[in-house]
Amino acid sequence: MIRALLLAIVSLGLIAAEPAPAPDRPLADAAQEARARALFADIRCVVCQHEAIADSPAGIAADMRRLVREEIAAGRSDAQVKADLVRRYGDFVLFTPPLRAATWLLWFGPLSALMAAGVGLLLISRRHRTETVALTPAEEDDLARIVADQAVRPDPDAKPSDD
Amino acid sequence: MIVELGGFALILALALAMLQTGMAVAGRLRRSPVLAGAAEGAALAGAVAVALAFAALIAAFAVSDFSVANVAANSHTDKPMLYKVAAAWGSHEGSLLLWCLVLTGFGAVLSRARGLPFGLKASAVATQGVLGVLFLAFAVFTSNPFARLDPAPFQGASLNPLLQDPALAFHPPLLYCGYVGFSVCFSLAIAALIEGRANSSFWPAWGRWVRPWALASWAFLTVGITLGAFWAYYELGWGGWWFWDPVENASFMPWLAGAALLHSAVVTERRGALAGWTTFLALLAFTFSMLGAFLVRSGVLTSVHAFAVDPERGLMLLAILGATSGAAFALFAWRAPRLKGGGMFAPVSREGALVLNNLFLTAACATVLLGTLYPLILEAANGATISIGPPYFALTFVPLMAAAFVIVPAGPLLAWKRGDLNGVIQRLSVAVGLALLIAFAGWMAFEPKKALSAAGIGLGAWLILGTLAEVVERVRLFRGPLAESLRRARGLPLGAWGTTLAHAGLGVFVLGAVVETGYRIEAARPLAPGQTIEAGKWTVRLDSVRVVEGPNYLAEQGRLTVTLRNGAAPRMVTAERRFFPAGGQTTTEVGLDFRGLDDVYVVLGERGRTEAGAAAWSVRVWWNPWARLIFLGPAIMALGGLLSLLDRRLRFGVGRRRAPS
Repeated sequence: MIRALLLAIVSLGLIAAEPAPAPDRPLADAAQEARARALFADIRCVVCQHEAIADSPAGIAADMRRLVREEIAAGRSDAQVKADLVRRYGDFVLFTPPLRAATWLLWFGPLSALMAAGVGLLLISRRHRTETVALTPAEEDDLARIVADQAVRPDPDAKPSDD
Repeated sequence: MIVELGGFALILALALAMLQTGMAVAGRLRRSPVLAGAAEGAALAGAVAVALAFAALIAAFAVSDFSVANVAANSHTDKPMLYKVAAAWGSHEGSLLLWCLVLTGFGAVLSRARGLPFGLKASAVATQGVLGVLFLAFAVFTSNPFARLDPAPFQGASLNPLLQDPALAFHPPLLYCGYVGFSVCFSLAIAALIEGRANSSFWPAWGRWVRPWALASWAFLTVGITLGAFWAYYELGWGGWWFWDPVENASFMPWLAGAALLHSAVVTERRGALAGWTTFLALLAFTFSMLGAFLVRSGVLTSVHAFAVDPERGLMLLAILGATSGAAFALFAWRAPRLKGGGMFAPVSREGALVLNNLFLTAACATVLLGTLYPLILEAANGATISIGPPYFALTFVPLMAAAFVIVPAGPLLAWKRGDLNGVIQRLSVAVGLALLIAFAGWMAFEPKKALSAAGIGLGAWLILGTLAEVVERVRLFRGPLAESLRRARGLPLGAWGTTLAHAGLGVFVLGAVVETGYRIEAARPLAPGQTIEAGKWTVRLDSVRVVEGPNYLAEQGRLTVTLRNGAAPRMVTAERRFFPAGGQTTTEVGLDFRGLDDVYVVLGERGRTEAGAAAWSVRVWWNPWARLIFLGPAIMALGGLLSLLDRRLRFGVGRRRAPS
């Protein structure tokens, strides 16, 4: 009985908990629609968990998509559309975090850490090189004599799988 | 009764873990093989006890014993048996028990390992025991999965239907084998910091002991993450497979640290160098695993995947994380400067290439860490809320990895100690030429023309071809008789084939990810039965929509036909919108039409009306070119890890490494 009732409800199209949002109406101009879609991927659905409005089925996401399309149709640039959204919802609404003093570490932290580590490694390898370079003339002579004595020089560290 | 036995086994496991720790420490201090052996026995018994507890929980789920609070909250009699069982690890409590099972199981395998020096093994078993005590105590005192409910409800609340999926049933066990496998690396690193000496024979041996664990954990994690991504791809119905969601990042950080670890451990094993750095990475990998557990379970992050759990438990997890990692890194800071591994090398050498690899992987890992935690830090600091999503990672993480990929094929060709860069460039020149050609061909073949995507195609091709060039070089293909090459190919160690597969698999993944991300085509509009929609070269027609009844859901099932534009090559797909009455949720079942390497991806949306007033369903269609490679690549990588694991060189030392679970 309950099953039949549910079946009836489903077939009536009442599957969703909230009323279905108005379906998306793409912009007539293909270039404008492409711009709108690119923007959708960078705009966060403000009530969802880490979802872009491009993906979200939530009603507010549909409203935001309509808003973006309207603004683009009205001839506003991508930057203007984003600025408008940030004014309404805050920085939270964009998946690209803003670049300002508080986010310098976020944007440039990894690269500067990489460069610092690279420079550090270079310095270390320089220091190591000076440790390994100098051989006195007497040592050079010894080395030449040993090399001349031994036709084959076995590498003490080498293993067959080292090749 | 079974449930009480399970609860008892869990408490017993906690007691055994305490015994294990105490006896291992005492055994180490008194140099008593008897005490140390008893600790190893306790480790084994503890693993058996947790396995019993886990079996009891599964039994409770299998018979839908709703007098158990956890079963009532996560199961339902209408669910298929697979999802009843999988629900055992679908909740916070159950998955924590799984975590403990893997932790003690791997600990038991470690305790059976032969060939480890007495002190090192006792210290490692003690460390593993401490981890066991912490996590088991957390389970027993805050997250007991066996708590009873009185009165018992007649029906359970059911598992989130999004999780009722075969891929997601196996995703957590694999992921946890990876996460928690790093705990053994962690324990071995702590033991090395306590016991390690600055002598030249210790570190290569230690590298050999730690490498299999790093490899196995990394391979498990690779498969687990890929399954998760695949699930997100076909279950969420958003057309994508990776969203840089904080919880995805939480699993990705240990993977990156683990990848760095297994490369750095090669240097430590073969050359005794980078001992301190490898130890550091071993500590880091498990720290990231614990950080992931904290982020997912504490509720500090909002995510599709997060367990919604109260902050109090999160605080406890943070305390465990802080105590273990804090102590570990303090020990590292104290002991590491005294541990010199030795093994000098020139900047241009195999070691040098692996150091560079580590540099990039750790920087990439730091990027993901910043991108995950920065919103939390910023909000705590000045209340500002920001979102960090795909565009950030595309600008920071992707260039780092791209730069790292450029040097991947050169690494295995460089000799140890001092390499010959010119020789390597010469030997890779054919691969470079071909990769450039392929990049150009990709630029010509795909519309719209995108220079960056074409460069990405070239990079993927370079990874595959450069890796193959190394094999060609090693077996001297084209430079002698074929029989000689075959003989050499058979003589190559499995580890070398493992490297080849893993690097080539990476290339396959890069090709898939670049082409899918760069050239996918999406279309959406409301369709009445009989109407069509076009995405690129494909036309999709909605044939009919009917209501079907599943075991625990009702669904609107759309039948659609996918054809080429001219109507050729028709194939039927079904896409569903499922309604689960038990929880009142709706999910989508994506219709996937596999076309060679491409996917035609169809999502049936809500019912509405066309402008003419007829019933219509909003249909979204994606043409995802080369999407198959995205999931094939990591599978090849994991296979490479498995091959390396089977290498004879790695087999002694840590006896049998297969986990009992």
